Amino acid sequence: MDPFEDTLRRLREAFSAGLTRPAEFRAEQLRGLGRFLQDNKQLLQDALAQDLHKATQLDSAFIRKEPFGLVLIVAPWNYPLNLTLVPLVGALAAGNCVVLKPSEISTSVEKVLAEVLPRYLDQSCFAVVLGGPQEMGQLLEHRFDYIFFTGSPRVGRIVMTAAAKHLTPVTLELGGKNPCYVDDNCDPQTVANRVAWFRYFNAGQTCVAPDYILCSPETQERLLPALQSAITRFYGDDPQSSPNLGRIINQKQFQRLRALLGCGRVAIGGQSDESQRYIAPTVLVDVRETEPVMQEEIFGPILPIVNVRSLDEAIDFINRREKPLALYAFSNSSQVVKRVLARTSSGGFCGNDGFMHLTLASLPFGGVGASGMGRYHGKFSFDTFSHHRACLLRSPRMEKVNDLRYPPHSQRNLRVLLVAMEAHCCSCTLL
Amino acid sequence: MSGKGSKGAAEDPGSEPTLGMDPFEDTLRRLREAFSSGRTRPAEFRAEQLRGLGRFLQDNKQLLQDALAQDLHKSAFESDISELILCQNEVDLALGNLQAWMKDEPVAKNTLTKLASAFIRKEPFGLVLIIAPWNYPLNLTLVPLVGALAAGNCVVLKPSEISKAAEKVLAEVLPQYLDQSCFAVVLGGPQETGQLLEHKFDYILFTGSPRVGRIVMTAAAKHLTPVTLELGGKNPCYVDDNCDPQTVANRVAWFRYFNAGQTCVAPDYILCSPETQERLLPALQSAIARFYGDDPQSSPNLGRIINQKQFQRLRALLGCGRVAIGGQSDESQRYIAPTVLVDVRETEPVMQEEIFGPILPIVNVRSLDEAIDFINRREKPLALYAFSNSSQVVNQMLDRTSSGSFGGNEGFIYMTLPSLPLGGVGNSGMGRYQGKFSFDTFSHHRSCLLSHAGLEKLNEIRYPPYTAWSQQLLSWALASRSCTLL
Repeated sequence: MDPFEDTLRRLREAFSAGLTRPAEFRAEQLRGLGRFLQDNKQLLQDALAQDLHKATQLDSAFIRKEPFGLVLIVAPWNYPLNLTLVPLVGALAAGNCVVLKPSEISTSVEKVLAEVLPRYLDQSCFAVVLGGPQEMGQLLEHRFDYIFFTGSPRVGRIVMTAAAKHLTPVTLELGGKNPCYVDDNCDPQTVANRVAWFRYFNAGQTCVAPDYILCSPETQERLLPALQSAITRFYGDDPQSSPNLGRIINQKQFQRLRALLGCGRVAIGGQSDESQRYIAPTVLVDVRETEPVMQEEIFGPILPIVNVRSLDEAIDFINRREKPLALYAFSNSSQVVKRVLARTSSGGFCGNDGFMHLTLASLPFGGVGASGMGRYHGKFSFDTFSHHRACLLRSPRMEKVNDLRYPPHSQRNLRVLLVAMEAHCCSCTLL
Repeated sequence: MSGKGSKGAAEDPGSEPTLGMDPFEDTLRRLREAFSSGRTRPAEFRAEQLRGLGRFLQDNKQLLQDALAQDLHKSAFESDISELILCQNEVDLALGNLQAWMKDEPVAKNTLTKLASAFIRKEPFGLVLIIAPWNYPLNLTLVPLVGALAAGNCVVLKPSEISKAAEKVLAEVLPQYLDQSCFAVVLGGPQETGQLLEHKFDYILFTGSPRVGRIVMTAAAKHLTPVTLELGGKNPCYVDDNCDPQTVANRVAWFRYFNAGQTCVAPDYILCSPETQERLLPALQSAIARFYGDDPQSSPNLGRIINQKQFQRLRALLGCGRVAIGGQSDESQRYIAPTVLVDVRETEPVMQEEIFGPILPIVNVRSLDEAIDFINRREKPLALYAFSNSSQVVNQMLDRTSSGSFGGNEGFIYMTLPSLPLGGVGNSGMGRYQGKFSFDTFSHHRSCLLSHAGLEKLNEIRYPPYTAWSQQLLSWALASRSCTLL
């Protein structure tokens, strides 16, 4: 039996009834979401801690914008609240009915989203559905009016193929290997601080984290002690006991990452503890392009360094590969930073820092090529979840003015009309 | 396809002994290499391409009008206002705005990024594929092309093999006006298009039917290629009791029979009360006689059906309901008279498929509500029209339905206001283009933040280990309106 049929029908009926259209309704939904976050702060922090041992300290004519209708949001496990609720805000604000499919891998957060969140929203217009890959497949056979998916490129293809059957537009927030170019002209400690913080944040399980470093052997020599210093500063001499270092989400990911520790040579870290799904902040060197650590998105606290002999070689290396979600370049020379920017492509780019660009709601967040399509955050979310309908309302009178356009055409009328069109300033009235 | 030995750079796989080899491989590789070399990036290069396109339109005006006359029996006037002038205007708009559109767009910053430079950079995707249909074979090829070129992409154009005369001009003459290392025309039918779609493109813009739209999107999904699909459907045209029948008849008839009805945004069927139908019919007859004379078949202002297949399909639709006006056809000319059908049932073929011909069925409804229900029971159309003296009624229709575009007391809006985006929703498509919307569609909007290499002391606050104080401060800095939570 199809487990989703009833739910989806209920939501479609609510949408057709126009429940989600008034601004007041949408605002009420958003306020509910806000109360959910406030009322359950401890619960959420506990859940995040349980799933990811997250550092809980850190704990936005005319064209008419119309909702699409029934929106599906499929979220991943690494930032299980952010990557579920931030899209949800956009979908609700745009007036859609929403089906949320949180990740079954971050089980504690999934539970809170399934059991607590719906109480804060109008449940005739909102539903949480649960399940693994098989249920997802079933869900995707249904027709949605928009699908927002965050996850891997592999599953992104599956989602888009399913969407194509119904001509459903999609936003796919995918991933890749985010290059981090480090120029010879830099202060190693500054670079090490910034790269390390963004790499090891959430135990490296961040789609926009720097995935690997590209630098010369000389710069590598200066970076290694600086990286060690940053790691010690952030996480202490025994990182495993630091409250500020996350854990790997599950055994499967842990085993995958532990295997990557065998690539190249461990320069820093390399320890792991299966019972805690702990992997030490690690730096690998002497890494070859063909090794697994340079073939898949790492998504863990492992940072390989690949040597290049020049900026050009770094840029070629980057451009030979799929377009990443994020790209980083560190240099004291703004010229160098701008050259990397000008000669590459990526979802987003940050010079001399990690993924700070994500903190600006005024910047759209999205990928390009294999790292995704579409974008959101702030107003971009609202626009993503809205159909922009071109509208032209004319007067039913003034029909005489239209006479010019109707056949048969006199030479004079033709000339007037064509001149007007070519001048394209009064074509509106005359046509 | 005849045309072997053509002067242009068009690839015609049908004329080459391919023996299983991919006919597009070389062309695509050449274009990719050109793109990687950065040739299409500078504004001056793009402007030169656009100027070349402009010269193509001017130098070959007669040739193009002849081609359109050959394919669709288009009058010079129709060719001008629906194709040539629109293309020229699009070129001019792009040339006039290229610098502005290409500029990095600065964005608002927050407390943590005050000293940085934050902006959105528009970048070309790379290799763009434009697949065009036969009904406006120049407009629907060249207007997207303007956007793709302005955005700095290399472009592969696949014009429709059905509008043969236009295809020939595009394949043989157009490439001479553009840098052929960055531009190619490829030819072929459904089989070749299928082969083409196996390749990876960085963007695909397709104009055509929903059925083929699905095929294109499915192929694109394999490569995670973003798409804009300009599809179709049945565009409802609601006519309120409170209207002047002759005014409505003029407007509806002109937009319906333009290009012999072969327009994706034409009013497809009328929804009105039986009383209004009685008033409309003589008014429609009057409009048709006025526009096309007593013998429309001899009017220079009425187009012809593109080919036999479409003609036969349309002739079969003449058997639906009852012919109230017109109904004549002439196979030798692929001519179908401007026709109005009444007593039409929802289940008949004429109400089941997009008509795409000079046939206008009238479906009776008893109220605005019934009309809206009728419309909302069906797929979202590319365009929706409402005619009424009451702006209340027009606005209600607008508020309670959805469609790609909407015209109140007007037919398709794009000739009047090319600055509005052209795009569908639901079954009628996704994405949009025209004017600046084209440039944006064919660009990747890359978020950029350039921070200081120094000033590391300012970053201290974000690094662990955290004190209660530093946590508070950081939360405050992030929680301002212009941030998202990390």
